[in-house]
Amino acid sequence: MAGHQDEADAHQHPTRADPDTPLTYFQRMEVAVRELLIEKGILTADQVRQQVEDMDSRTPARGAAVVARAWSDLAFHDLLLADANTALESMGVDRGPYKLVVVENTPDVHNVIVCTLCSCYPRWLLGLPPDWYKSRNYRSRMVREPRAVLREFGLDLPQSTTVRVHDSTADMRYLVLPMRPPGTDAWQEQELAALVSRDAMVGVAVCAPR
Amino acid sequence: MSQHAEPVLFQHGDRVTVRCAHPPGHVRTPTYVRGHSGVIERLCGAYPNPEELAYARSGLPAQPLYRVRFRQADLWVDYAGGASDTVDVEIFQHWLQPTGVNNGGASRRS
Repeated sequence: MAGHQDEADAHQHPTRADPDTPLTYFQRMEVAVRELLIEKGILTADQVRQQVEDMDSRTPARGAAVVARAWSDLAFHDLLLADANTALESMGVDRGPYKLVVVENTPDVHNVIVCTLCSCYPRWLLGLPPDWYKSRNYRSRMVREPRAVLREFGLDLPQSTTVRVHDSTADMRYLVLPMRPPGTDAWQEQELAALVSRDAMVGVAVCAPR
Repeated sequence: MSQHAEPVLFQHGDRVTVRCAHPPGHVRTPTYVRGHSGVIERLCGAYPNPEELAYARSGLPAQPLYRVRFRQADLWVDYAGGASDTVDVEIFQHWLQPTGVNNGGASRRS
């Protein structure tokens, strides 16, 4: 921001209005509950801040490391599909607060995840869900016309591929195990992890060497 | 699950129909599968009933939770995709009946 003041005269772009609208009902509720918890000594403001910081520190890199391990280690791959939480623990990754179901893409089957009711997402592995994942458009259309939605994401699947949508409606959380890109046989786990995107682990994209 | 749970009624591969009911409250059964039939893909375990949990009750006995696989072509009359396309949905046992039992009028949605 240095020099911003000096350039004030030259600095002319349309200002973006601050969102000074009144709080919604649920925003007021959140503030009220948070302040009460702090006033009653149940939580401290610093603990609340720390939780937000922890939440923001989780990124899809965690999920990518899990996928790269599954591509590199057959025993881990099999355990991940059979009992994903135990597999996470075995590689020193947080086993998470929910039961994880890992679904594997193959040349014949493409998996994709949605939560039609809200925005259930494996946050401890992928971080916060993207806005589109929470949108009514994605949530309503992914179960109704998944192939059209996938095309909008740039993924045009042949009719011969089975599209398997997973609606995360209750206590499971889901991760797609994408297919390992061809030509990566000699790659190390860390290099492989760099190929695994968040969107591939939700199932709206595939992994390709970049 | 160590908590008290309802006995498991369905196994992998069983054909089940989702009750066609519309109770108020915090229901985790999507409307688009109500009245439709699918196949048990797996038993996920038993979990406290969210319809009770949402109102600060215990949700016990826990309800067996299943993943039920539906054929997309069965859910949508004009589904534009392969005949083998599916959607898997987590559904609590109290929403499921063995297929063939009268479920109060299944209807295809368009």
